[in-house]
Amino acid sequence: MPNRLELSGITKQFPGVLANDNVSFSVKPGEIHALLGENGAGKSTLVKMIYGIMQPDAGEIRWNGEPVTVPNPKAARRLGIGMVFQHFSLFEALTVLENIALGMDAKIPSRALEARIREVMQTYGLALDPHRTVATLSVGERQRIEIVRALLLNPSLLIMDEPTSVLTPQEVEQLFAVLRQLAAEGCSILYISHKLHEIKALCDTATILRGGRKVDTCDPRQETSRSMAEKMIGTGLKDIVRAEKSGFGEPKLVVNRLSTRRTGHFDVPVDGISFTVRAGEILGIAGVAGNGQNALLDALSGEIRGDDREAITIDGLGIGQMGTTERRRHGLCAVPEERNGHAAVSDFTLSDNSVLTARDRLGMVMMGLINSGAARTYTGKVIADFAVKALGPAATAGSLSGGNLQKYIMGREILQKPSVLVVSQPTWGVDAGAAAAIHQALVDLAAAGSAIVVISQDLDELRALCDTLAVINMGRLSETRPVKEFSVEEIGLLMGGVHGAVEAA
Amino acid sequence: MMQFRLEKRPEPSRTVLYAAPLVAVILTMIFGAIIFSVIGYDGVGAVREIFLTPLTNSFKWQDLAIKAAPLIIIGVGLSIAYRANVWNIGAEGQYIMGGLAATWVALATHGMGGAWILPAMMAAGILGGAAYAAIPAFFKTRLNVNEILTSLMLTYASVQLIYYLVRAPWKDPMGMGFPQTRRFAAEALLPNIVPGTIVHAGVPIAIVVALIAWFVMSRSVFGYQMKVVGAAPHAARYGGFSENRTIWLALLVSGALAGFAGALEVSGPFQRMVPGFPTNYGFTAIIVAFLGRLNPLGVIFAGFIMAITFVGGDLAQTTIGLPSAASGIFQSMMLFFLLAGDILVRYRLKRVAPQEARA
Repeated sequence: MPNRLELSGITKQFPGVLANDNVSFSVKPGEIHALLGENGAGKSTLVKMIYGIMQPDAGEIRWNGEPVTVPNPKAARRLGIGMVFQHFSLFEALTVLENIALGMDAKIPSRALEARIREVMQTYGLALDPHRTVATLSVGERQRIEIVRALLLNPSLLIMDEPTSVLTPQEVEQLFAVLRQLAAEGCSILYISHKLHEIKALCDTATILRGGRKVDTCDPRQETSRSMAEKMIGTGLKDIVRAEKSGFGEPKLVVNRLSTRRTGHFDVPVDGISFTVRAGEILGIAGVAGNGQNALLDALSGEIRGDDREAITIDGLGIGQMGTTERRRHGLCAVPEERNGHAAVSDFTLSDNSVLTARDRLGMVMMGLINSGAARTYTGKVIADFAVKALGPAATAGSLSGGNLQKYIMGREILQKPSVLVVSQPTWGVDAGAAAAIHQALVDLAAAGSAIVVISQDLDELRALCDTLAVINMGRLSETRPVKEFSVEEIGLLMGGVHGAVEAA
Repeated sequence: MMQFRLEKRPEPSRTVLYAAPLVAVILTMIFGAIIFSVIGYDGVGAVREIFLTPLTNSFKWQDLAIKAAPLIIIGVGLSIAYRANVWNIGAEGQYIMGGLAATWVALATHGMGGAWILPAMMAAGILGGAAYAAIPAFFKTRLNVNEILTSLMLTYASVQLIYYLVRAPWKDPMGMGFPQTRRFAAEALLPNIVPGTIVHAGVPIAIVVALIAWFVMSRSVFGYQMKVVGAAPHAARYGGFSENRTIWLALLVSGALAGFAGALEVSGPFQRMVPGFPTNYGFTAIIVAFLGRLNPLGVIFAGFIMAITFVGGDLAQTTIGLPSAASGIFQSMMLFFLLAGDILVRYRLKRVAPQEARA
C-alpha cells in the first residue's frame, strides 16, 4: 500500500530565511504522525504547503503515491486533506450550524447539513448543540466545531496545528480519543505540537524539525521526552536552578475582592478575586483562555483603573486607584500576553520600546525630554543579559522573532528590578531554549525577594515554575494552595468548573 | 505573461518613505499634462506654468513665501495630530476662528495703540483655534463621536459666522456697505520683514514653529505619546498614556496652530476680516502634512511645494486660461499618488509565475 502522503526534498525560501530546507518524510494510512519542533523550526510553513496555502520552491508532494501540486486549500480539501488551525475562524455571533455552513465549499441545504453534522458528532462522540451561538461556547467546544467542519469532508489526512494549547487536560483526553478513533478507521493524522508527553501518548511516529531541516524521524514511544527535546533544540536542556528556599517573606502583593466591569460584548471581567503573594513567592494562575485572565492582568497593571484603593496593596500601600505609571513607580511591573501592539510597538525601535515602560523607574526623562542615550544603554543591557538576537537597540521590535521579542520584553521588565512582577503567558509561542531562559530569570527575580504572579494556560510551565497555584474560571479565582498539593485532575476540573455547571443546568 | 504580487518587506523601507513624495510630484506632473491635454488645454504648458514658472520667476518668490507660511503652520499642527491617529479635518474652521478672535482684539483695541496689541491678537488667535478644536475633542472623548465629522462640519459653521459678523456687528461704518471690517490700525498689522516686498513676519515664524515642533516631536515625552498612541493604542495604555488625554492634546495643539495661522493671515496679508478669508489653507494643509511625511521638517518643504501649485494655478488662469479648479485637481492628484505609493513602504512588488498567482 502506498504512503498516504510523501514529501521529498521540500524547500521554501522566504526573504532572509530558509524556512524549509530539503525536508522529506512520509505518512502511512492510519498513522498518527507528529511534526515536532520549536517555534520557527518550519512546521507551519511545511503544513501550509501541504494544505495549498503556499507553494514549495522545490521538492515533490506525493498523495497516495501520485505526484500532485496543491494550488490552494480548496484543492487540498478535494484531495481529502482537512486542517484544524490553531486560531479558529468562527463568527461569535452566529450558531454552530451557520458557522459550518459558511465554511463549506459545496452548498448543502441546511437541514441536510444538520443531519450530517449530527451524524459526525454521534460517530465521534463530539457533543455539541448545532443551534448554540459560538459566543456561549468554551474554547474546547469551539475547537470541536473546527474538527466537525474538517470531518464532514471525510478526510483521509487530518492536519492538527497545536490543537491542545487551549484545552483543559480532560478536553485533551477527549480529543485524543477522537483522533485515535479516526486513525483506527484509516485516516492519517499529522499532529503538530511541541508538547512532548502528548506526542508520546498519542503518536506512532515523530518527525523532528530544527531550523527548517529534518533532524530525525523516530518512534516517540521509544524516546524519552528529554531525548526528543534535545533533538528539537540541538543542545542539552537546562533545568531551572533554584536556590534552597527557607520559606517566603512578608506578604508583598495583596489583592482583596478585586472586580472589573464588563467592557466588550464577549469579554469576561474578574469577579471578587482575592490572593496574597509573599516576597520570594511565584504564584501561578491557571485557566483556559478567555476566563478573565486579560481583565485580571489589566486590573493589576493599572490599565483598568479600579474604584477601590485597598483592592490592591503593595507592602500595605493601597494602589487600587493608581494608573500604570504610578504603579510602576511603586514597584509593580506587568507583561501582558500579546506582544505585538500591547507589550511592544512593532514599528518602534527596541530603544523606544524601552522608553514605553522603563522611562520613570530608570530616569530616562528629564524635564519632559527623553534621554535617548539612557534608553539605548538600558536596551543594550537587556539585549546582552537576556541573549536577545537583535541587530541592536535600533532594530525595530517587529523585526525580532516572537521568542526574541518576548525575551526582550521580559528582560525590559525584570532588569527594572520590580518588587512585584505580573506576567501573562511568559513563554507563549517561545522556543524551548528561550522559555528556559525566561523561567530562570523569573526564578532568580523571586530569589532576590520579588513577588511574582504568572498567568498561564500551560500547566507544565506552571507546575515547573510556581510555588503556589490558583485556577481562574469565568472571572473567579479558586483558593491558593501550594502547587504540589494539586493533582493534574484537580486543576483540570477547576479549569472546566463553571463551564460544566452551566452546561448541566 | 509575468504577474506581480505584493510581498511584505521585513523592515519598512526608508528609501521609499522619502522617495514617495518626490515620485508623487513627478507622476502628478506627467498625468496632469496628459489629462489637461485630453480635455483640450495645453497640458504641458499648464504643468510648466503651475510647477515651474513660480520657481523661475523671481517676482513670484514672495508670493510663494507668504502662501507657504500658513500652510506650514497648519500642516505642522496636523502632522502632530495625525501621528496620534487623531483626524482633525477641520483645521480650516480653526483657522477661521483664530482669524476671527484676532479680529475681535484688533477691533476692540482700535485707537488704543501699544506694542502689546499684536501679541494679544496672536494669543487670541491661538486660543480661538484651540477652543474651536476643543469641541470635537469633547464629543470624541465623552461620547465617542467621530472627530472627522464634527471637525469638518464645524468648518461650515465658522464660515457662516464670518458672514454674519462682517455683515452686521463688525461691519465697517465707512465701508460703503461692503461686507467687511474696517482696516486694522497700524499697531494691529503684521510688520513686513523684507522691505519692498509683501513678505511678512509670518514667514520666519512658520519656519521657527516647524523647527520647534520637530524638536518636541523627536525628543520629548509629548512627541513620544503622540507617536505611541497612533502606532499602538493598546501599548500606549500599557505604557501609561491616556488615550483621551492624547486626543485632547492632539486637537488642542493642531487647533491652536491653525488659529495662530489665522491670526497671522488676518493681520498680515488681509489686514481686515472679509468674507473671502477662508482660502482653503486648512484643507490644503492636510495634503501638506502627508506630503511632509507627518514630519515637521518635511512639512516645510511640502508647504512650499503646495504654495507653488497655488501661485502657479493663479498664473495658469491668466496665461493659458486654465479654470481655477485646476490647482485643486493637481493638489488632489499629488495626495492620491502619494497615498498609493505609500503601500510600497511596507510592501514590495514581486514577480511571480502566472499559475502561482492564481493560487
